[in-house]
Amino acid sequence: MSIETIDADEVPIEEVLGSAVKRREDPSLITGRAEYTDDIQRPNMLHMAATRSPYGHAKVGDIDTSEAEAMDGVEAVFTAADFDVPGEIPVGWLLESLRTPPHPILASERVRYQGDAVAVVVADSRAVAADAAQAVDVEYEQLDAVTSPGDALAEGAPTLHDEDDGNVAFEWELGDAEKTSAAFEDADEIVDIDLVNQLLISNPMEPRATVAEYDAGSDDLRVHMTSQNPHLHRLLMSGVIDHPEQKLHVRAPDVGGGFGAKIHHYADEALTALCARELERPVKWVATRTEGFQTDAPGRGHETSARMALDADGHITGFEVDTKANLGAYLSTFAPAVPTYLYGTLLSGQYDIPAIHVEVTGAFTNVPPVDAYRGAGRPEASYLVERIVTQAARQIGEDPAEFRRKNFVDSDDFPYQTEVAVEYDSGDYEKTLDAALDAIDYDAFREEQELAREDGKYLGIGLSAYIEACGLAPSELAGQLGAQAGLWESSLVRVHQSGTVTAYVGTSGHGQGHATTFSQIVADELGIPYDDVEIVEGDTDEVPQGMGTYGSRSAAVGGSALVESARKIVEKSREIVAHQLEADAEDVEFDHGTFHVAGAPEQSVGIQEVAGAAYLAHDLPDDMEPGLEATSFYDPDNFVFPFGLHAAIVSVDPDSGEIEVERYVAVDDVGNQINPKIVEGQIHGGVAQGIGQALYEGAQYDENGTLLTGSLQDYTVPKAEQIPELETESTVTPCPHNPLGVKGVGEAGTIAAPQAVVNAVTDALQPFGVDDIEMPLTEERVWRAVEEAK
Amino acid sequence: MAEHDITLTVNGEDHELTVESRTLLVHALRDELGYTGPNVGCESTLCGACTVHVDGDAAKSCTLLAVQADGKEITTVEGLAEGRDLHPIQESFQEEHGLQCGYCTPGMIMTTKQLLEENPDPSREEIREALEGNLCRCTGYQNIVNAVESAAGKLRGAQAHGD
Repeated sequence: MSIETIDADEVPIEEVLGSAVKRREDPSLITGRAEYTDDIQRPNMLHMAATRSPYGHAKVGDIDTSEAEAMDGVEAVFTAADFDVPGEIPVGWLLESLRTPPHPILASERVRYQGDAVAVVVADSRAVAADAAQAVDVEYEQLDAVTSPGDALAEGAPTLHDEDDGNVAFEWELGDAEKTSAAFEDADEIVDIDLVNQLLISNPMEPRATVAEYDAGSDDLRVHMTSQNPHLHRLLMSGVIDHPEQKLHVRAPDVGGGFGAKIHHYADEALTALCARELERPVKWVATRTEGFQTDAPGRGHETSARMALDADGHITGFEVDTKANLGAYLSTFAPAVPTYLYGTLLSGQYDIPAIHVEVTGAFTNVPPVDAYRGAGRPEASYLVERIVTQAARQIGEDPAEFRRKNFVDSDDFPYQTEVAVEYDSGDYEKTLDAALDAIDYDAFREEQELAREDGKYLGIGLSAYIEACGLAPSELAGQLGAQAGLWESSLVRVHQSGTVTAYVGTSGHGQGHATTFSQIVADELGIPYDDVEIVEGDTDEVPQGMGTYGSRSAAVGGSALVESARKIVEKSREIVAHQLEADAEDVEFDHGTFHVAGAPEQSVGIQEVAGAAYLAHDLPDDMEPGLEATSFYDPDNFVFPFGLHAAIVSVDPDSGEIEVERYVAVDDVGNQINPKIVEGQIHGGVAQGIGQALYEGAQYDENGTLLTGSLQDYTVPKAEQIPELETESTVTPCPHNPLGVKGVGEAGTIAAPQAVVNAVTDALQPFGVDDIEMPLTEERVWRAVEEAK
Repeated sequence: MAEHDITLTVNGEDHELTVESRTLLVHALRDELGYTGPNVGCESTLCGACTVHVDGDAAKSCTLLAVQADGKEITTVEGLAEGRDLHPIQESFQEEHGLQCGYCTPGMIMTTKQLLEENPDPSREEIREALEGNLCRCTGYQNIVNAVESAAGKLRGAQAHGD
């Protein structure tokens, strides 16, 4: 059932939080008035293009730039030798065993992936820059390449960095190895699985882009870029290009989607800034889609063997996981965190598992640096857990829904400490299971499936009881785990003298509707009309500090930071009112924008009037500063743990391998919902990307490290006809430890969907004994699986 | 590179400009004339973010050379709203939450406009089929389909009332 939107002015203030108000972002986006980075024009602006390696792995000899330099309109050509700056991209997450080979912004002696840049050209038009980049003549000596983590870690594999250490980037483990192996010794049943979680390319519709402007008089460097976290980009870039942080300004204008690809610090953005500083002219760089395929950080890329131990009653008693993770050619910004702390810590799934042990080996390979893509680590964990749980149920002949129910963490057992370091905050897993089974009419489906099989039609149902950890926190813990950044969020709420509000927050939205949801939060906290609240984010000049938007942190961490600032304003206002009404502050009550003395509701003062008084400052309590604004740095107590049950029904034609997703039911619990329509939209979009992974998407390389899926013609970003109608429902289990009770929704669908589909297809093919097909489930793979099982 | 003087009528306004032979219509519109509604999402005619109308027909402006559009009437998404009054299709995209990041939206809206001119009452399947040349990575398409359905209803209503 679809949720209807409503105009904000039809919603009473006390109901604005939780209402499906229309997005205030939309008028500019639907009329062409939005400003994306490539829309920015500056007088005298130059254009940058990069000369990129056509090879996956090669030694670089001479770089001859003379032909490019001689072209009409070319202003400059730069190679690594031309920049006297550190020029190396740092790693933002360290692990004990981590190797950190240099990650230069321009390669000089060796290129390690197709698309690794060796030179940049700056010219007076985009077309001339592109031509000149092609005209840079680079001598390459091609080397053997390796693109999968398993191959990279095998004996005799070509190595990317220091030959003596092979391609091992790190070795990491979590959980209790001894207890887990004991569980397997005592097991009544052991379930084995080998699976690949393929490398994906995130493909936001807007390619990455940068416009940099330099003022030599003030040394100010302004960088407008496709960023999910301008403050982090400011910090990282300031080191990479050696520019003082306070003179570097990073701004994300409208950003056309991110999905993780716009979190990390890349060479291109730093190079654009360097060119602008060097030439003292505005410089623009815009990736083509092909460059995006070659250089945007891909995600996933796991090869895993795992086994699960069961007792005679079908209870899970142990889980052992060995994963090889693809890290690409160099370490991207948060790369080490993704296959370790964002993955291993979720391997308990929704289940009460008494013994878990996971080992992960990170591998360097000749693909672009791998990093977070929507979900980041959590989808890989959820895929593994939900695939092996399905297999376990099959192996002992139990219904997959009942097997899950039996092994769920009980709703009375929260907070629940897992064997893999995290403590789940709140949950009610049976509730989402029941809601999904009801919606799909599970028993009726099983009967229909039987009858269909008799008619030679193969229907299947797949369940996915996913969990995720988002709103990464708290900073101290993140630090202990290796994060080189805090994971708080900052806000400034400023009530103006007239009573309207501007709120600044350190998140940085790129399609999620932050201006709408954050206004709902601030309006609710202060009791000020929604239309009187303005939200500012995505600009390091305007917003005091911030950490950005990724990992579904914006509502839980950014929203909570806004609540904290708003509450400080209410407290200051309460003191002003108490002073003016000659009452004790503790006797002054606040209710949706109005203060009154307890027991005397007739004598009330609105918060917007208080704002006027705070700035007039004619009659304030002794020692109180004038003005009405407050800043907060909110550091969460724990992660938030959204969960849900997604179910897919498919029909499979074993003769052609064709799959039809006939129904897709998503029941999600993301805690309290600030705007249910936006929540629904996030689920839809996430599920579409998850179905994309299950059925269509995957980066493929040949043996030379050449990307075979390097354009939208070869890599299937799903079209409208390829995504089924989605049925969504929610349950609400508030998060107990943040002031909004929210969890996170941005990644849920992407985490949940792949295994729902794969489990459904293998369920459909049970008569053939097919338990396993690798994603994406192309017609050929499905057909082969059936033929091989026959 | 050879240069050409051409005339484009964009959203009713005449523009004279000089373009290179290789200049694509989308770059002429965006970089020369400042119509930033049409967006560039790929170089392969697959994403549809640059869709505009050329003499009334939806076309991907990254697939046409600017010289091919010489003398033609172009409508971009900027030409749909009248002042602050949104076009019914635009209204429906907002009401149905048919967009998130908005990058593909101008193209979606222009494709929708052509669809509804040709087929005022499309089924959901027909809508999905008509949108096959416009990629969206955010919405999962469902609310876009809802938006197109809702806009079709509004436009049919308007027609029935003789507006």
